Amino acid sequence: MKVGVVTFPGSLDDVDAQRAVRIGGHEAVALWHGDHDLQGVDAVVLPGGFSYGDYLRCGAISRFSPVMTEVVEAAAKGLPVLGICNGFQILCESHLLPGALIRNDHRKFVCRDQRLRIENVSTPWTSSYAEGQEVTIVLKNGEGGFVADTDTLDRLEGEGRVVARYLGDNPNGSLRDIAGITNERGNVVGLMPHPEHAVEDLTGAGTDGLGFFTSLAAATFA
Amino acid sequence: MPKVVVDVMPKPEILDPQGKAVLGALPRLGFDGVVDVRQGKRFELEVAGEVTDEVLARVREMAGTLLSNPVIEDFTVHVDAGDPA
Repeated sequence: MKVGVVTFPGSLDDVDAQRAVRIGGHEAVALWHGDHDLQGVDAVVLPGGFSYGDYLRCGAISRFSPVMTEVVEAAAKGLPVLGICNGFQILCESHLLPGALIRNDHRKFVCRDQRLRIENVSTPWTSSYAEGQEVTIVLKNGEGGFVADTDTLDRLEGEGRVVARYLGDNPNGSLRDIAGITNERGNVVGLMPHPEHAVEDLTGAGTDGLGFFTSLAAATFA
Repeated sequence: MPKVVVDVMPKPEILDPQGKAVLGALPRLGFDGVVDVRQGKRFELEVAGEVTDEVLARVREMAGTLLSNPVIEDFTVHVDAGDPA
C-alpha cells in the first residue's frame, strides 16, 4: 500500500514514521502541508512534532493547512488516517476526532517507555493486535492530556472507540487513562504515544509499535 | 484606532495547569491571599474601517473557528475604543 506521511513546518517524527511505514511493508510517500494533493495514497499518517511551533494551540494552525482540507475530505470517505501525538492534536482540532489535548496535569514534559492496553482491534491501524493485548511503546509529550465532556467520554467508551489506554501511572492526566481513540467509522485513529519509535530491536522499547503499520495490510487483505 | 478584543479562557471544568503553576508561585514570592488563578489569552484585532455589528459578527466567527477551541475554551468579544483623549 502507499502510505502518505505529512510533513508540516515543525514536524519532528515524519522521517521515523516513513521508516516505520516501510518496515511495516508499505511504500512511504512524503506529503507536504502546503499541497492540495494526497498523491493517490491509500492511507495517511500525521506525525508527531511541533507543527507551526505549537503556536496558538497544538495543531490549531496545521488544521487549516491545504493538505488537511484533502485529509478531512478523504477521511470522510473512509481513508485510514493515523495521527500520532501532534497528529492526534491536529485530528482533534480538525474535528475528525472528539475532545482535545491539553497540557500535562503535572506540567512536565514526559518521555518514557509506556505500557498500553490495545482495546479496539477493529480499526485499520490496530487489526494485527489481539484485543486486550498489552504493549510497550514510547511516550513523549508536553500536552498529552486527553479531555472531553462526560457525555463524549461515555459515548467513546460505550461505542468501543477507546483504541488504547495507559496502564500503570497515568502519564499526563488523560481522562479515563485514554491514550488513543477512533472516530465513529473507525478509520481515523489518534494516539498520543509513538508506535513509529518502537519498530526495531536496535533502538527504543522493542517492536510493539510495528503492529500499527502492519495492521493496514491485514485490514485490507482480510 | 479602535480595537476589537477577543478574550479566550479555559472552560471552568477544564484543568488549567498553567494557572495552577502561577498560583503555586505567588505565595513563594510573598503574594498571599490568591485562592485560584486561571490563565487565558487576549487577542487585539485592529480592523480596517468602522467596527460595525457585521465586523463583530465576523470576529466572533474567527474566535470560534481559530482563536479558541470551543471544546476546551470560552471566548468573549468587546470593542476597545482606546484611551479617551
